[in-house]
Amino acid sequence: MRHGVARFVTGFLALPVALYLFYVVWPFVQAAGYSLTDWGGYSDSQRFVGLDNYVRLLSDELIRKAFWHNVFFLVTVPLFTIALALFLAFLLNVGGREDRAGIRGVFGSALYKVIFFFPQVLSLVVIAVMWQQIYRTDSQGLINGLLIKIGLVDADNPIAFTADPEPFLGIPAVLWWLLLIAVWSGAGFYMVLFSAAMQSIPKDIYEAAILDGAGRFHTFFRVTLPLLRDTISVAWVYLGFIALDMYALVFVMTPSQGGPNHASEIFASVIQFNAFQKGQFGYACAIAVALAIFTILLAAVQLRITRRERIEF
Amino acid sequence: MSVSPENIGDLSRRTLLQRAAAAGLLAAPAMGLLSACAGSEPSKSDNGGGAAKSKDNPFGVKDGSAVKVVVFNGGLGDQWAKEDKVIFSAKHPNVTVNMSSTQKIKTEEQPKMATQPSDLVMNSGADMMDRSTLINEGAIEPLDDLLTAPAWDSEGTVADSLLPGTVGDGTQNGKFYVVNVAYTVWGNWYNAALFKKEGWQAPTTWDEFFALAPKIKAKGMAPYVHDAAHGYYPRWALMASIWKACGKQVVVDIDNLKENAWKADGVVKALEPWEKLVKDKLLLPGKLDHTQSQQAWLDGKAAFIQVGTWLKNEMAATIPPGFELTLSDYWHNADDKAPKDVFAASGEGFVVPSKAPNKEAAKEFLRAMLSKAGSAKFAELTKSLASTKGSGDNVQDTALASANTLMKNGGTELISVKFQDFYADLDKESQNLSEELMAGRLTAQQFVDKMQAAADKVAKDSSIKKQTRTA
Repeated sequence: MRHGVARFVTGFLALPVALYLFYVVWPFVQAAGYSLTDWGGYSDSQRFVGLDNYVRLLSDELIRKAFWHNVFFLVTVPLFTIALALFLAFLLNVGGREDRAGIRGVFGSALYKVIFFFPQVLSLVVIAVMWQQIYRTDSQGLINGLLIKIGLVDADNPIAFTADPEPFLGIPAVLWWLLLIAVWSGAGFYMVLFSAAMQSIPKDIYEAAILDGAGRFHTFFRVTLPLLRDTISVAWVYLGFIALDMYALVFVMTPSQGGPNHASEIFASVIQFNAFQKGQFGYACAIAVALAIFTILLAAVQLRITRRERIEF
Repeated sequence: MSVSPENIGDLSRRTLLQRAAAAGLLAAPAMGLLSACAGSEPSKSDNGGGAAKSKDNPFGVKDGSAVKVVVFNGGLGDQWAKEDKVIFSAKHPNVTVNMSSTQKIKTEEQPKMATQPSDLVMNSGADMMDRSTLINEGAIEPLDDLLTAPAWDSEGTVADSLLPGTVGDGTQNGKFYVVNVAYTVWGNWYNAALFKKEGWQAPTTWDEFFALAPKIKAKGMAPYVHDAAHGYYPRWALMASIWKACGKQVVVDIDNLKENAWKADGVVKALEPWEKLVKDKLLLPGKLDHTQSQQAWLDGKAAFIQVGTWLKNEMAATIPPGFELTLSDYWHNADDKAPKDVFAASGEGFVVPSKAPNKEAAKEFLRAMLSKAGSAKFAELTKSLASTKGSGDNVQDTALASANTLMKNGGTELISVKFQDFYADLDKESQNLSEELMAGRLTAQQFVDKMQAAADKVAKDSSIKKQTRTA
C-alpha cells in the first residue's frame, strides 16, 4: 500500500510543481542569467559582460540612496505595524474589564475588528489612490481641507505630504507619509494574526496573573508578549519583505515615481527606472538579484536571531 | 502547559517559513521584480506583404491578412483612431484591422517586442517605451519608404503633406522611425472671456506679466498654476524660455552634451523670471498634478496655466460654459534672441516593431491616418491639430483657432528639445530639477549648475550610447 500512496501523492504534486518550476523558478534563473549580460530588453541579442553589472552597482549613488530608504522602511514598517497591531489586538481580546465571565476585550471589539481589518481587503493600489485624495495638497484634500478650515494650516502654505522632501528627524518627510499608509494598511491583518494567537493562550494563565495582582501593563508584558513571541517573529519577517518592496506606494503616490528629486527612491523604483526607462535590463536584473540575495540573507538572520525554545500549552 | 525544544516533526508556521525561505519561495519583493525581466523564445512571423504594389497599395498589402493596431487612449481619446480604421477599410475591405486601445503601452507592448509584437503601436503617454532604446536595440523599423510613398488623398508624397518638423521629430541617426500624428503647440493658456470682463491684456513679455500679476491677485486669484507631479510639464516652459532668450544653437548644444552648454550666456537669466514667479508667491499653493492643476485653472483659481493643445480635449467634461480657452505664447524678455519662436512639435508617435508580422499593412494604415480625411477627423474630434497640413481648417473652436494664430505669427524656427528623448538619465534629472526650481528649493543658478553636472555625468558614462542633434 505504501507504494500506492507515494504514487498518489506524486500524481497530485507533479502538475503544480511543474507549473511552479516553469512560471516561478525558471524566470528567476533567467533573470540571474540576464544580470550577467548587457541586455536592453527590446531585442533578443545580448552580450555577456560577466560581473560588470554587479561592480557598477556598488558605486551607483542612486542605489545607495535607495538602499538607505529601504533600510528606513525595514526598521520602521515592522516596528510600528507590530506595535500598533499588538496594542489593538490586546485591547480587542484582553483589554476590557474582567468580570465573572472572565477576561474579554473592550466594548464593541467585534465591530472594531472588522473596521481595523478592512484595509486588508483593498488592493495596495486602491489604497494608494484613496490616500492621494486624503493627502491632496490643496484645500480639497481631506487632511489639508480640515486643517485649513479649523485654522491649523495656512491656506497659502498647505502640507505637501508626498511632495515634501524636507527632512524630518533626518529622513525625507515623504518617507514618513508613506510609512503612515503602510502601517495603516498593514496593522489590521497583523491584529487579526495576533488576536488568533492571543485567543489560543489559555484564559486561566491570565486569570492566575490577575489573581496574583498583575495589572494590565504587567499582563501584557509578562504574559501576552512572551507567549506571542513566535507569531511576532513570523510577522517581522513578513513585514520585512513588505518593507523591501513598497513599490506600489512609491509608484502611485510620489512625484516622478521616487521623487521629489529622488527623496523616495527605493530599490524597486531604481530597478524600474533602469529596466523600463533607461533600457538597461541586464543592469536592472543585477540589482534585482542583489536585492533577492539581500532579502534571503535578511530572512535567515531574522529567523536565526529570534530562534528560541518554544512554549507549548 | 509544557516547555519543550522545537520539535523537528512539527510543521509550525515558523518552520514552514524557514523552509520556504530556503527554497527561495518567499523572497517576495525581489523575486517578483526578477521575473519581470524574464523573456521567452521568439516565434516566427508570418508575412502580410507580398501582394502587387500600386499607387493605391504602395507597400503591397496582401488581401486577407490582418493588422494589429494599438492606440494610446489618453488625453486625445481613441475615437479618432476608429475613424481612421473606417478610412483604411474603405480602400482595403479584405484586410482585417484589430484595433485595441490602452493607457499602458509599455506594460503591455514591451514584453512582446522581442517575440511577437503588434504591427503598429502608438508609443505615447506616461507609460511609453523609451525611444532611443527601441532604436538602439533595433526593435523598431525605419519608415523612410512611408515618407516617399504617395499621399492617401492628396497630391505629392506623404512627406509633402506633413507640417514642418514632423519628419525631423521622427528621425534619429538619419533614419525616420516615429510617425507623429498629432501636432501640439505649447504655451500659456488663459480664459479670454475673463480677461475681457476684467479688462486685462494678455501679457506677451515677463514684464507685462509681473505688472498684471498684482491685479490678478487682487481678485483673489493666483496668477499661475503648474503641474507639480510630472516634471516634464515645467520643463517645457523652462526650455522654451532658454530657447527664446539664447536662440536655437544653445539648446542644440545642450542636446549634444557640449561642454558647459548649460553655462552659456543668458541661460540663467532666461530662467530667473521663473525663480521670481515662485519667490513672489504667484503660484497657486499646493502640489497639484496635471488634471488637478488644470481643473483649478478651469475653476478660476488661477489665471494662467502652461500646457499643450491637448488641454481642451483632456478637460472637455468639466469646462464651464462661457470659458474661452485661449493659448498664448510663452512670455519672453525684451532682449531675447528668438522671442517669436513657438514651442510646437509633432507628437503621439506611432512605431512599427521590427518583428511585426504585417509591417506592410501597418505602413498602409499610417498612410490612411496621415490622409486629409483622417487628419480632419482627428482635429474635429480632439480639438488638436494633426501633423498633416490643413487639418484644422474647417474646425470652429477658440482653442484650436488661438493655436493656429500662434503658429501663423510665430518665428522662423519651432522650439524643440531632444535631450530627454536621447538620454533617460537626463530626462529624469531634468524633470526632478525643474520641479525643485518650481518648488523654490533651487535658484536658477543652482538649477543650471546641477543640469550641467548631470549632463557631464551622462557624457562620461560609456554605457550610454550618444546621440547627435543636427537640426
